[in-house]
Amino acid sequence: MMNCQQATRLMSEAQERPLSLKEQAELKVHTLICSGCRRFGEQMHLLRRFTKA
Amino acid sequence: MNDSRPFADNGQLNELRQQMLSFARLQLSDEQQAEDVVQEALAGALKNAAAFNRAASLKTWMFAILKNKIADALRGRYRQPQMTDIDDCKDCSLADDQLFNERGHWHKDDRPQRWDAPEQLVHDEHFWRVFDRCLDALPAEQARVFMMREFIELDSQEICAALELTTSNLHVLLYRARLRLRECLEDHWFGAGENT
Repeated sequence: MMNCQQATRLMSEAQERPLSLKEQAELKVHTLICSGCRRFGEQMHLLRRFTKA
Repeated sequence: MNDSRPFADNGQLNELRQQMLSFARLQLSDEQQAEDVVQEALAGALKNAAAFNRAASLKTWMFAILKNKIADALRGRYRQPQMTDIDDCKDCSLADDQLFNERGHWHKDDRPQRWDAPEQLVHDEHFWRVFDRCLDALPAEQARVFMMREFIELDSQEICAALELTTSNLHVLLYRARLRLRECLEDHWFGAGENT
């Protein structure tokens, strides 16, 4: 079972490379049950937008 | 009478040159090379002053030229012998487990909170001051790869080649930069009540 540290690492990696189907599935399950990591994922996209802006 | 040439104001040009130097130093970590790319950018701009589009600001135009010069310099590095090697991923030894417990889950106080109305922040000068301070607070190597990736928009391969990093080291540095930047914004803006 994926933990938050692994999930956040994978969300950062997703900005650098395509995730495998297995990684995508595990991440989806984790973010369904973890609101902190779900917010982290949204905030990763915001960081990219802020940096460009 | 106003002089319409883009380089007529020496004071403005000198201030802009200092800003360009600061940015080039951060990206290149080489004083001489930073001076060189800024000089090249200024020379290129002077040479093409007729092409300056007044719809954009002088700063817009100069930074666009500088960004290309820095990207060229970074790409050129792995075609030349290195004068000095960077310390390979020295930030990798920094613990990020201060955010997570022994089972790898968020510590209660570090769990990401909801960020209200982020789309309105683009026009908030106070927010940008906090954002810049958070960027400045990143460890140098993390700030460097993060800005190369997100600001100059080099891809992972180009950054690894320019800095002689492995892909996994680069990904760790980017991960830590994003963790720290996110936490800093939450501590100093979204959770600090400064935007209310």
